Amino acid sequence: MSFLTELYAYVFYGAALVFVSGLTYKVVQYTLAPAPLKVPTTPAPTTRGGVVLRMTREVVLFESLFRGNKWTWMFGWLFHFGLFLVTLRHLRYFLNPVPAFIEFIQPFGVYAGFAMMIGLLGLWARRFLVDRVRYISAPADHLMLGLLLLIGASGLLIHFLVHTDIVAVKTFIVGLYRFDFSPLPTDPVLLLHLALVAGLMIIFPYSKLLHAPGLFFSPTRNQVDNPRERRHLAAWASRLERP
Amino acid sequence: MAKATFKVPVLSQYPQLPPVTPGSMAHSAPFRSKPEFQAPLGFPGELVENWQQRAIEKMGELLGRYRSLRVYLDACVKCGACTDKCHYFLGTQDPKNMPVGRQDLMRKVYRRYFTPAGRLFPKLVGAEDLTKEVLDEWYGYFHQCSQCRRCSVFCPCGIDTAEISMAAREIMDAIGVGQKYCNEIIAKVYKVGNNLGLPGPALVNTLEGLEEDVFDDTGVRVRYPIDQVGAEILFVTPSADFFAEPHVDGLIGYGKVMHESGLSWTFSTLASEAANFGLFIGSYENMRRVAMRIREAAIQLKVKRIVFGECGHAWRVGYSFLNSLAGPWDFLDPRYPVPQHICEFTWDLIQQGRLTLDKSQNDDKVLTFHDSCNVARASRMGDTAGGQFEIPRAIIRATCNHFFDMDEETIRDRTFCCGGGGGLLTDDLIELRVKGAKPRMEALNNVIQEKGVTHMVAICAICKSQFTKVLPFYGMEMDQVISLHQLVSNAIVLTPRYDDADDGDGA
Repeated sequence: MSFLTELYAYVFYGAALVFVSGLTYKVVQYTLAPAPLKVPTTPAPTTRGGVVLRMTREVVLFESLFRGNKWTWMFGWLFHFGLFLVTLRHLRYFLNPVPAFIEFIQPFGVYAGFAMMIGLLGLWARRFLVDRVRYISAPADHLMLGLLLLIGASGLLIHFLVHTDIVAVKTFIVGLYRFDFSPLPTDPVLLLHLALVAGLMIIFPYSKLLHAPGLFFSPTRNQVDNPRERRHLAAWASRLERP
Repeated sequence: MAKATFKVPVLSQYPQLPPVTPGSMAHSAPFRSKPEFQAPLGFPGELVENWQQRAIEKMGELLGRYRSLRVYLDACVKCGACTDKCHYFLGTQDPKNMPVGRQDLMRKVYRRYFTPAGRLFPKLVGAEDLTKEVLDEWYGYFHQCSQCRRCSVFCPCGIDTAEISMAAREIMDAIGVGQKYCNEIIAKVYKVGNNLGLPGPALVNTLEGLEEDVFDDTGVRVRYPIDQVGAEILFVTPSADFFAEPHVDGLIGYGKVMHESGLSWTFSTLASEAANFGLFIGSYENMRRVAMRIREAAIQLKVKRIVFGECGHAWRVGYSFLNSLAGPWDFLDPRYPVPQHICEFTWDLIQQGRLTLDKSQNDDKVLTFHDSCNVARASRMGDTAGGQFEIPRAIIRATCNHFFDMDEETIRDRTFCCGGGGGLLTDDLIELRVKGAKPRMEALNNVIQEKGVTHMVAICAICKSQFTKVLPFYGMEMDQVISLHQLVSNAIVLTPRYDDADDGDGA
């Protein structure tokens, strides 16, 4: 077994561990922090079902961003929706047998790869061209876009130009479930693609990528507007009521 | 036109996005609080010795107390959607007045002390130590946020800068760096019972005077009762309503509506203030203490219902928080929401056909309506979402013949703050207030030019005071802002009372 295969196997175990434990930690932290006051941005739904709808519109359509800035919305939505399809498409490297639906979307997943790249380039361009966005961009914001672009570009390269033995890649990945290390092809672009994805998994719980779980915990979006009907009281606030 | 020592923004027909001008409002900071105003609120009198450590501890405590703060400091992706939404940025061009720019003042400290990335690679992720310079910056810029929540409307993650500026102010208070305006006022509420420091006897006098004025004016004995035990309704209103212009004309209107409703009602000297500046300084404890006066007054006066007068942030605290802070309200009449807004109350009567309104009494005016930020984006009226936009407009339409809305992008949940909310309504911030009013002034100016609007209706004591002050800076008249219930007051046809003919002392 080659050194590279073993290295990548352990890197992915490590990355998966960091990703899952880091994310779990944050989600638990968000869950445990109380929201002592009703602060939905109004007009807000007056029922739980309404909130589910509102949240679905935010997650699927980026409703607020659409109202805020059409360019950012367009590029942002292209990127996220592209990434979503690409990720679905990649499930075929992880599942055996491959579900029919995943088979079906394979070609769309490739187009989605381009959509994702266009979105990322548009978002990055804004960081240079719009003075307000330039002002708020830290090095990490540029690096994050660079990382995602490189992941996308290397993936598209593998698909169109520098093919790899994709069956071997799948055998390697599926083997990881059973601690059975099959040899990983050593094409440099593939190795780069995989290394960057591992990197993304590792920084996920420690970066602004936390906006993904964060949105679901955002009190301005997930609270029902019913403060007069139901008393809302946090545990720490109820302690103030005891004399 | 009012004189200014700074450059008053020029209004244009189409709003223009200003170029970023770093540091243009770095000089702006309100007066610091004094030990005698800090102590009653439970805050140290001056900057404590180990302030840096205490501030970080306090931040840690708040991160555990408020999910909003925890999530919002993590979640921002710097997409820039909020960058052109804040009226203070649009009026001052200072990038630290962009919502994300303001949040980042706290986020950089949060990252440094509470995240692995900020501990290990501060430069990379924009993390910074909490230095004296950073603290000064906090004091300046977290007092350039009116907590109006306009940014939260457009943020894809729903990040609300108000939550962050409230937390920042609470942290600063905890280390002895308070703002004079807010903290002096809260101290006054504890001591006297209202923001303006009006003692009970003065209120009683004022209301007696009002009764006489209204009687002289209309020939009808409209009562403005106070501390009347056993009244049906406790009326809680911002203390500015008792004598400031144009507020008091609204208060006269409340009385006339109550008169027509036939219900007994009363003000309270104990709760002679709807405003709750505990909100502005982010202090749950102080907000609760201020709110508890309303509960005490309701119990003391044995009322069955509570109605709030026209006030934006007070309605936020009333509608959204009062149940949490001072509830449960199970001793009141369960058929009515607690509290009710006077607009809900008036609109109910109009719908039941119990008010006779003569619209022509307002024919000398062409009106527009300013949605107050805390009413628009932090509360509701009526049973359905958005009632806070429709009910005031419905009342306006029922009381006048000429009404035009301002540009859609500047009303309803996209309304612009008056520029004086969030505890900034103080003369030491006049430059900020004038510049922050620019987007609203622009929209108002456009309907004045295009539709011949003469007056802007407001339902918030702070908005009314702020506009009265800043309108002249933009070449308009201070009396162009009026109370919604002033319109009602003008239009209402009063039912005579049995004792109107008496000339006695109202026995």
